[in-house]
Amino acid sequence: MKLDLRLPIGLMFTIFGAILTVYGLVSGDTIYQRSLGINVNLWWGLVLLVFGVTMLTFSLRGAGRGGPGKRGTSP
Amino acid sequence: MERIHLGAIDYSLLIVYFAFVLGIGWGLRRFVKSSEDFFLSGRSIPAWIAGLAFLSANLGAQEVIGMGASGAKYGIMTSHFYWVGAIPAMVFVGIFMMPFYYGSRARSVPEYLKLRFDEKTRGFNAMTFAVMTVFSSGISMYALAKLLELVLGWNFHTSVLLSAVIVLSYIFLGGLTSAIYNEVLQFFLIVLGFLPLVLLGLKDVGGWSGLTAKLQTVATNAGYAPGAWSDSWRHLDSAGANPMGVEWFGMVMGLGFVLSFGYWCTDFLVVQRAMAADSMAAARRTPLLAAFPKMLFPALVILPGMIAIALHVTGGGLLPIGSDGTPNYNLAVPVMLGHYLPSGLLGLGLTALMASFMSGMAGNVTAFNTVWTYDIYQSYIRPGQSDAHYLRMGHAATVFGILLSVVAAYATTRFNNIMDMLQLVFAFVNAPLFATFLLGMFWRRTTGHAAFFGLLTGTAAAAIHHGLVLPHGATAGLKGGFLGTVLHTYPSEMAQNFWTAIFAWTACFVMTIAISLVTARNKSDEDLKGLVYSLTPRLVDHDLPWHKRPATLGVIVLALTVVLNIIFW
Repeated sequence: MKLDLRLPIGLMFTIFGAILTVYGLVSGDTIYQRSLGINVNLWWGLVLLVFGVTMLTFSLRGAGRGGPGKRGTSP
Repeated sequence: MERIHLGAIDYSLLIVYFAFVLGIGWGLRRFVKSSEDFFLSGRSIPAWIAGLAFLSANLGAQEVIGMGASGAKYGIMTSHFYWVGAIPAMVFVGIFMMPFYYGSRARSVPEYLKLRFDEKTRGFNAMTFAVMTVFSSGISMYALAKLLELVLGWNFHTSVLLSAVIVLSYIFLGGLTSAIYNEVLQFFLIVLGFLPLVLLGLKDVGGWSGLTAKLQTVATNAGYAPGAWSDSWRHLDSAGANPMGVEWFGMVMGLGFVLSFGYWCTDFLVVQRAMAADSMAAARRTPLLAAFPKMLFPALVILPGMIAIALHVTGGGLLPIGSDGTPNYNLAVPVMLGHYLPSGLLGLGLTALMASFMSGMAGNVTAFNTVWTYDIYQSYIRPGQSDAHYLRMGHAATVFGILLSVVAAYATTRFNNIMDMLQLVFAFVNAPLFATFLLGMFWRRTTGHAAFFGLLTGTAAAAIHHGLVLPHGATAGLKGGFLGTVLHTYPSEMAQNFWTAIFAWTACFVMTIAISLVTARNKSDEDLKGLVYSLTPRLVDHDLPWHKRPATLGVIVLALTVVLNIIFW
């Protein structure tokens, strides 16, 4: 593979997760009336953060082992 | 309807996404050296990426907005598009058809038709397909811009221009690889952007049991049995018993067999993603791996529509009412986004919505530039040029493909009927195509003349059937009955479409067999090696681990689908 796709996916969702988590921490309660009183920005931001960091970790580890460029191993 | 207001936080998420989309195209540009790199990703895509792209290329406007709308209008029966239609078709294309597509080294579906049948069959398919992709991408663009205008108050022209420039840039830079990588990015974005909406909606209506209780009110208010919106099979014994207006045979045969198999097995838009895979085994796994997330998609795209109609009927007018007095189902998903998501997640949800429109557009544009360059330009206009020449043509085709889409988007705003008519014509062309492929791949006696005239007959049969019937409550014209007499009235447009497909397929199937029997074969057994089932050596996959064997995966997929059908019976 030419460019490890997990890298941009991981990066983008890490950034999304960070933005939403921080916004969730600083935003007041009033905007969460419509989301049934749940601070969804905080919680979903953390979910995205975990997803993004997991992808990044896979990508960096894969690169260390010679990358996902295992082309040709499957016939 | 009340406009949704986006804050700075929402715009920042949108901008981050656009930066990544363009960044992927930029990062991939140095890998495009030959036309095969540009059109087929140099056949180097791993199965999981090809699989997610296979799924995502189809995840355009029609899927996210249309399935949500159908979920509101017809309830859980909409899931038949997945659990009877798409999934079995994806298993079939992976196990039985991919060996011929990938093994023949054809670069496109029309090229396979040339190898298997003859030039005229290829030409017919290439032309109709090229026109169809341009209009589909134009419809996506139109729908996106219209939606942004309505929901956010954005300027229509700015939205058209913005989406055109972004899609153009990343395809121009990185070709099919760029489209595929972005489709995978879009896949995750759509799943992670819509999931909070579904979870909040379900929590609000009191979980699945709360939702079914509310949907019983929806069903009884509309004059059906209480479970008509929440049982997928129980009300299929007669067409009058369910909101879709179909009985089980029309549904299984029309939607499942003809329309879904026709789409997933012969449409180059999706098949191209599998052709770009890095090996035969990966190409066969592509649709099978795609089937796993696909079978859960009803929860993501249909459920929000069902929740919306439940809240609309029991909670008092969530959906805006259209000019004809019925709720505007197409706004079910956008309204739900605005209803539940606060600033922040709202930006994520709208980004996901835009991503889905752009992946639909990009899928069409990459399929268009390939078919145009290989099957029209290289075959009929300028054959025998250097590869660099065709690569340049591919870039040019991307630009004018997008320009034509913009024209199509504006044509739609001016003449709404044109788009309805075109979609109708394409339905006529596509429905019989699956019969041609079935016979071509599994019966070596099928001849080139038979394939071509069989296709024409099927298309004509579709037009004649459509011309003689009408959906309930419609007047003669585009919706049918244009041949003067109306022989039958279907309870719904959907039922009419299913039966048009059944007639078209059957006519093509019978005619192709009949003509094959009276015409001489134009291809010898030697020519057809690798193109026809009985003349191709069986693929041996015993050396693969079980989780990579297509047949094993296929059985698992089908078993899970049966379980889903039973759970929501």
